[in-house]
Amino acid sequence: MSTAVQIQNLSFAYGSKQALHDVSLDMPARKVTAFIGPSGCGKSTLIRCINRINDRISTAHVTAGTIKVHGIDIYRKDINIQELRRRVGMVFQKYNPFAKSIYENVAYGLRIAGMTNRSDIDDAVEKSLRNAALWDEVGDRLHTSAFGLSGGQQQRLCIARAIATEPEILLMDEPCAALDPLATLRIEELISELKKKFTIVIVTHNMAQAARCSDQTAFMYLGKLVEVGPTMKIFENPSDPQTEAYITGSFG
Amino acid sequence: MFNPENLIRKGLPKGYFKDILVRSLLGGITYLMVLIAVLLFGKIIIDGAPAIFTSEFPFVDTEFLTAKNETLHVFDDAKGTRHQLPASKYNEYIEAHAGQQIYNEQTFSYSGGGIAGPIIGTALLTCGSIILALFFGVCAAIYLAEYAKQSPFIHAVRLAILNLAGIPSIVFGLFGFSVFVLAAPVITANPVDRSLLVLPLFIEGWALSFQGWNSSLMAGCATLACMILPVVITASEESLRAVPQGFRDASLAMGGTRWQTIRKCVLPFSLPGILTSSLLAITRVAGETAPIMFTAAVAAKDDFPWEGLANPFDILSSQVQALPYHIYTLAARIPSSEYTQRAQFGSVLVFLILVAMLSFGSMVLRAKMRKKLKW
Ligand SMILES: Nc1ncnc2c1ncn2[C@@H]1O[C@H](COP(=O)(O)OP(=O)(O)OP(=O)(O)O)[C@@H](O)[C@H]1O
Ligand SMILES: [Mg+2]
Repeated sequence: MSTAVQIQNLSFAYGSKQALHDVSLDMPARKVTAFIGPSGCGKSTLIRCINRINDRISTAHVTAGTIKVHGIDIYRKDINIQELRRRVGMVFQKYNPFAKSIYENVAYGLRIAGMTNRSDIDDAVEKSLRNAALWDEVGDRLHTSAFGLSGGQQQRLCIARAIATEPEILLMDEPCAALDPLATLRIEELISELKKKFTIVIVTHNMAQAARCSDQTAFMYLGKLVEVGPTMKIFENPSDPQTEAYITGSFG
Repeated sequence: MFNPENLIRKGLPKGYFKDILVRSLLGGITYLMVLIAVLLFGKIIIDGAPAIFTSEFPFVDTEFLTAKNETLHVFDDAKGTRHQLPASKYNEYIEAHAGQQIYNEQTFSYSGGGIAGPIIGTALLTCGSIILALFFGVCAAIYLAEYAKQSPFIHAVRLAILNLAGIPSIVFGLFGFSVFVLAAPVITANPVDRSLLVLPLFIEGWALSFQGWNSSLMAGCATLACMILPVVITASEESLRAVPQGFRDASLAMGGTRWQTIRKCVLPFSLPGILTSSLLAITRVAGETAPIMFTAAVAAKDDFPWEGLANPFDILSSQVQALPYHIYTLAARIPSSEYTQRAQFGSVLVFLILVAMLSFGSMVLRAKMRKKLKW
C-alpha cells in the first residue's frame, strides 16, 4: 500500500501565532483519512497545507518539517504550484460555486489547464457530474446558473468541479457542514465511491460520519496530532484518554 | 408599588409641543431644499424649453441640437420685418437681397445656430477620459485589491488616492495645463524651441520631445481622467473586494494562476459594479468646466472636430468646444437679451437633460446589477 501524503514533523504559523506543532502522519493512497477535533485545533490549516492554498495568506508559513506528496517535498522552491493543486483537489468548508453556469463551473479547471476541445470538455463535464451523483438532477439544465441549485447540490457541484481535472488526492474540508442529513448521506455515498479512484482527506465535526466513511482517523487538539490510527481502533479502543473523551462527548 | 392606572396618561404626551416644533422645523428645511430644486429646474425648463421643443413633429428643434454655433444677426428689412439669422444664413440673405437697405442691425456672439459643437466636444471629452480613467483606474485597483500586501505603505497609498478626490477641479486644470499641455512627451521630427527635453530616438530624424500636447482633446481627456481616477480606483477596488473570497480560493485550488484567477473569476463579476460606479464619474466629467478651460476647450470653433483633418488621429490634437464651457461663455461673455435667451437657457436645459439621463441611467443600471449579482 503506497503512501499518498506523508507529513513529517510539520509546524506551521500564521505570523507569530503557531497553529500546528510537530504533526506527523501518513495518508495511504486510495483510502479515506478523517480529521476530527474541536474547533480551532488546526484541521483546516493542516489540510490547506497539502495543496499550499495557505500561500495566499501572506503571513502564513511552515516553520519546520515537510509534506511529501507521492514522495516529493511540496515545499521545495522549484515546485510547480499550479500542477500540485491540479493533482491535489480541494472542496471547501463553505460551498463556493462560481456565479457561472453549472457547465462552466465544472469546465473551469479543464479550461485553465488548457483544454479547448469542446467535445472533450463536454465528456469530462458529464463524467464528473455523474461521479458526483449530480448528473441525473442537473443534466438537463447544464447552462443555467449554479446559484439556482440547492445547498447540497451546490456542494456536490463543487465536488464535481474538483474532480473534473482528475486529481490524485481530494481534500474535503467539512464538506457536509452546511447540508441536511439526506444531502450528507449522498455525499458519504459519493466518498465511498470516489475512494476507488482518489485518496481522500476529510475534515469533519460529525463523529458518526468519520466512523462511517473513513479508513483512518486522526484526532487533533490545540494544533497537535493527539492520535492517529485505523478508524475502527480510534472509535472502539482509543489509546489516548483525550481521544476517548472527545469521541464519547465528555471532552472539556 | 406598581399601579397599573399609571399606564394611562393624563393630558398631552410628554414633550408634545416640542416634538411638533422639532418635526416641523426639520421637515421645513427638507422641503425648502425641494423647493429650491423645483424652482431651479422650473426656471430652466420654462426658459429653455422654447429653444429645444417645438409644437410640431418631432417636437424637438433638431437644428438647435445639430447645427453649428454661429453669431446671431438681428435686423429689420425695408418693410420693417424683424429677422433673426445666424451668420451663414445672414450672408445668404444679404447676397440674395443685394442693394436693399437693412436697419437696426445688432449682432450677438455665439447666440445663433445650434450647439452641436459643444455637445460633440463634451461627448468626445467624456468618452476619452472615461476610457483612460477606466484603464488606469482598474489596473491600479487590481493591484491594490489583489496583489498588494496590506502594509502601512499601501494604506498610505490608498489614503493619498482618496485625498486626490477632494482636490478642487481648478487645481486639476492647472496641473493638466502645466503637465499635459506644456510638458507631456511627443514623438516628433522637429521639436519646438520651448521643449523641456529632447531625447533622440533610434530611428533617424525622430526625437522624443517633452513639449506638451498643446490645448487639445488629448490633453483635456488626460486632465479629466486624472480628476476622476480616485473615484474610479476607489469604486473599482470596492467592487473587486465585493467578489467572494471563495471564488478566488476555488480557482487557485484548481491550479489557476493568480492572473487567471483575477481575469476569469474576479474581474467578470466586478466589472458591472466598476462600470456602474464609473457612470457616476461620467456625470462629473461631463459637467466640469475648470479642468478643460486651459487644456482643451475653445469658446468658438467653425468646424466640427473631425473636419479638415489630414488623418483621423489628428482629432486627438484638435481643440473642441464643450457644453459646460459654452454655457460659461454664453453667461459671462455676452450680455443677456431677448435674442440670446434661446441659446443661453437652451444650452443649460440640454446640458441638464444629458446629465440627468446619465445619472438616471447609472441608477437604473446599478439597481439591475444589484439584483443580478447576488451571492
Ligand atoms: N488566516 C489566519 N490568520 C491567523 N490565524 C488563523 C488564520 N486561519 C486560522 N487561524 C488560526 O489557526 C488556528 C487553527 O485554525 P483552523 O481554521 O485550522 O481550525 P479548524 O480546526 O479548522 O477549526 P474549525 O473546525 O472551526 O474549522 C485557529 O486558532 C485560528 O484562529
Ligand atoms: Mg476548519
